[in-house]
Amino acid sequence: MSNNIDAPAPAVEQAIDPRLLVREQGFSGYISEFKRKIRGGELGSLPVIIGLIVIWAAFAASNGNFLSASNFEYIAYYMVGIGTLSIGLVFVLLLGEIDLSVGSVSGLSAAIFAVLSVTHGVNLWLATIAALATGAVIGAIHGFVFAKIGVPAFVVTLAGFLGWNGLMLWLLGDTGTINLPDTGLIHLFGGNSFFLNGDIAGAYILAGVGVAALLFSSLGEQGRRRSAKVPFRPTSEIVLRTVVLAIAAFGSAYVLNLHKGVPNNLVFFLAALIICDFVLRRTSYGRKIFAVGGNIEASRRAGINVAAIRISVYAISGFFAALGGLVISATISSANQGGSDPNNLMMAIAAAVIGGTSLFGGRGKVWSALLGMLVIESINAGLFMLGEAQSVQYMITGGVLLAAVVVDSLSRRTQKSSGRA
Amino acid sequence: MLPDPVRGGFGVPGPGKFVFRIPVCARDGAATHPRHRVVKELVYVTSAPVLALRGVSKRFGAVQVLTDVELEVHAGEVVALVGDNGAGKSTLVKTIAGVHPIDDGVIEWEGRSVSINRPQDAQHLGVATVYQDLALCDNLDVVNNLYLGRELKRRGTLDEVTMEQKAQELLSTLSIRIPSVRIPVASLSGGQRQVVAIARSLIGDPKVVILDEPTAALGVEQTAQVLDLVERLRERGLGVILISHNMVDVRAVADRVAVLRLGKNNGTFPVHGTTQETIIAAITGATDNAVTRRQSRTAEATK
Repeated sequence: MSNNIDAPAPAVEQAIDPRLLVREQGFSGYISEFKRKIRGGELGSLPVIIGLIVIWAAFAASNGNFLSASNFEYIAYYMVGIGTLSIGLVFVLLLGEIDLSVGSVSGLSAAIFAVLSVTHGVNLWLATIAALATGAVIGAIHGFVFAKIGVPAFVVTLAGFLGWNGLMLWLLGDTGTINLPDTGLIHLFGGNSFFLNGDIAGAYILAGVGVAALLFSSLGEQGRRRSAKVPFRPTSEIVLRTVVLAIAAFGSAYVLNLHKGVPNNLVFFLAALIICDFVLRRTSYGRKIFAVGGNIEASRRAGINVAAIRISVYAISGFFAALGGLVISATISSANQGGSDPNNLMMAIAAAVIGGTSLFGGRGKVWSALLGMLVIESINAGLFMLGEAQSVQYMITGGVLLAAVVVDSLSRRTQKSSGRA
Repeated sequence: MLPDPVRGGFGVPGPGKFVFRIPVCARDGAATHPRHRVVKELVYVTSAPVLALRGVSKRFGAVQVLTDVELEVHAGEVVALVGDNGAGKSTLVKTIAGVHPIDDGVIEWEGRSVSINRPQDAQHLGVATVYQDLALCDNLDVVNNLYLGRELKRRGTLDEVTMEQKAQELLSTLSIRIPSVRIPVASLSGGQRQVVAIARSLIGDPKVVILDEPTAALGVEQTAQVLDLVERLRERGLGVILISHNMVDVRAVADRVAVLRLGKNNGTFPVHGTTQETIIAAITGATDNAVTRRQSRTAEATK
């Protein structure tokens, strides 16, 4: 009687759930998988890429100069400051929370740097470290009040938004503006600093390194998965991804080379994005952030220290806010009372959401900071070229943010109805 | 009077004992339950239960939730814990899981007395708890959920390949069928999510698994899936505490039924040879009424 027991088990293994859409081999499999994901509401970066193309086409149609190298250089250069704030916000949004203080913290960080280095003559690097550490500590304080005392994050960071802005104004004093010398980190983030001094090779080296890194890491992973006998990406898909990245990277390098080369602050921005992407996707710390964003109770039961994750994520947000503040002050060569412009905060949140990071937590990529900033900075640059007033810029950016949130909510609803959320 | 509560199975007292057990591979997909067809093996198990509660009491403020509760779980045994709403099942389970430390009594683990004050204590001993609300992260895929909080690492980074490989191995040894280990848990059915949650509890290599209402809110087919899995846990030599309101489920997989009523033991019955009515009577306290109480009083008085 018991002999016939073992036999059915392997047969059971073979049976495939009809709901499972098994990935077909090769390129057609890639297409069908892509279609299925779109139908299921997993839009990823698709809406933002389409949006970007539409925006570029619209501005190019109304002003021929929009697609010029100098304009793209302008976009690439000016998106870094707020984009850096946005990186920190992606971490917070992944938890399903919000940080309204990043604009104020960035202004405060610039003020601390300026007061220390210019007014008190402290070593530039020491002043930089002090500014960044202040940002991280402020973030940790927000996180502590939120995680340990239980005040809603919205309120804690709203208090921070007001309080740190006040501290910045107090630090800057009566004059309100401190001009920064073009040295050290400020020079590196400033408008006169290009990778390899703007040498044409510089941009191509960066693009080549990026493409090669993607190709070799994908092939390496494919090899490991193949030898471990778990599903792996087909070579055709790896080639496709590499080619797409190569077109984007070498295309950008070519365009930037037509003008002055790759600004150093863009290199720094890309490096920060790669590091953060690695932390979020490849480390257990990043996994814990996603888990807490997905289900707090489940994370707690899995032994994750939810409070520690929350505090550390707010510290990261504060750190990037401070870093972004230094970048912004470098682009305008001064720390002034406009440093904590609430507009920066709104742009940073908008960038993360437009780029595809969900407001509901647990879903998103740090690359949305880059994609979202490309959209926002393109709109700004385009409207500036058309000579539109700031008022129109705000209205249009507001509309784009709303559209992004609507897409986020709709795709979440589609995911729910197709059983994927 | 109720049948004599059996302590620790059908054994003879002593250092060890004999229990009847269905042979490990005696399962197939036939309609009738294997127990009705398969000849049981007589196996020798060590006397010490993996987990034993001795006279456990718990009080929340003025409410005495548990009074002198006794419970034993042996390796390779499914103990169903049943009782009416508010009988103290969940509290009892939470005392074992370390959520609520006990006020009085002793918890014995493999024969030695231990103190369980935090969930981590229970985990370290080897108690895994699958709560009713599944505690899975919808946005993470099956592999990530299985290894959540216990990620395998390779050179400081996540070792996704090994985790995926081991997850597949675990799921296939448990005959769990899911479309893919790389889809978000959100896209699984209720039964699939439940079996993933149970499989997840096995990652830490526990000795006792507590399942809190694993079949509540599941359909017929999905319930069968989960019950199959419970039997496979027993075959692996795990002690299983199964909380359920469903007598059919309980009778299908449990070896013994421990009944709680108003925070006290109200009998432990071997499933085999006990009628459903007897168990339900113990749950509802149908035998505990004015007449029986008067009888026991008069019996005492005549002594």
